[in-house]
Amino acid sequence: MNCNDFVELVTEFLDGALSEDTEQRFIEHLAQCSGCENYLDQFRQTIAATGELTPEGISSDARQHLLSAFRDWQRDV
Amino acid sequence: MAGPRELPPDEVLVQRLRDGDEETFALVLDSWSGGMVRLAMSFVSTKDSAEETVQDTWLAVIRGIDGFEGRASLKTWVYRILVNTAKARGAKESRTVPFASLLPEEEGPTVDAERFRATGEPYAGHWVAGQEPRPWHIPEDHVLRGEVREVIAEAIDELPPRLRTVITLRDVAGYGSEEVCSLLEISPGNQRVLLHRGRALLRRKLESYLSGAHDIAGGRGRA
Repeated sequence: MNCNDFVELVTEFLDGALSEDTEQRFIEHLAQCSGCENYLDQFRQTIAATGELTPEGISSDARQHLLSAFRDWQRDV
Repeated sequence: MAGPRELPPDEVLVQRLRDGDEETFALVLDSWSGGMVRLAMSFVSTKDSAEETVQDTWLAVIRGIDGFEGRASLKTWVYRILVNTAKARGAKESRTVPFASLLPEEEGPTVDAERFRATGEPYAGHWVAGQEPRPWHIPEDHVLRGEVREVIAEAIDELPPRLRTVITLRDVAGYGSEEVCSLLEISPGNQRVLLHRGRALLRRKLESYLSGAHDIAGGRGRA
């Protein structure tokens, strides 16, 4: 496996979606190539940092509106 | 992302919502709305429109919670309503994001071909010396980590809509591949192509941000 193949298979590898044969060649390459080892690690760090994003959410007006809609709906039922 | 993991299990949530427990409603509202706005942005044209989509979705949830059958998780059910609501609104704004097939620009290499040795050279397809990825040190420092998040948030906003949608679902909201495929009606293979391309673009942004930060830290300005 070459480095330019390796970099295209990272997401499939992380999803456990590679065929057994390809996964074996992926791991063999990983063990021999520090550049690709770094690439995989950077991918992981990118995913981890993306998972830390705090979504902004909705405005407090919208929030109040929805809370009172919830209250009213329950009262009507 | 704080929130979803700390929520009570679905059956408890659903029962409390049906009982009209306002605190529980506020909890799910605050936990999920942010991710929902981001996701809605993939289908509609403005932030305001995305917020309205999220509001409409919650109103539909309030009215529909008694009919929730528990075949999917509560969050998946809410997201499904969101995607349908956002698609309908996007169609009205003439902005649709069909997922059935890949666009030409979504295929092809995700790393600049110039970083690899050319065909015919010794070690063709391997990293060119000096172009191989270097180890990263994402700072532990609270403020700097915040900067890294900002770089990523900006990079996500700049992604083409389909990549943004898949990244938002998989890596921001933490959905698995199967749920994303069913939400977007997309094949696992195409989903992975979009996800991989999105992640590769974000990695590239972080790489240039971190190498710039390193240059500054080492006293070497960038030319």
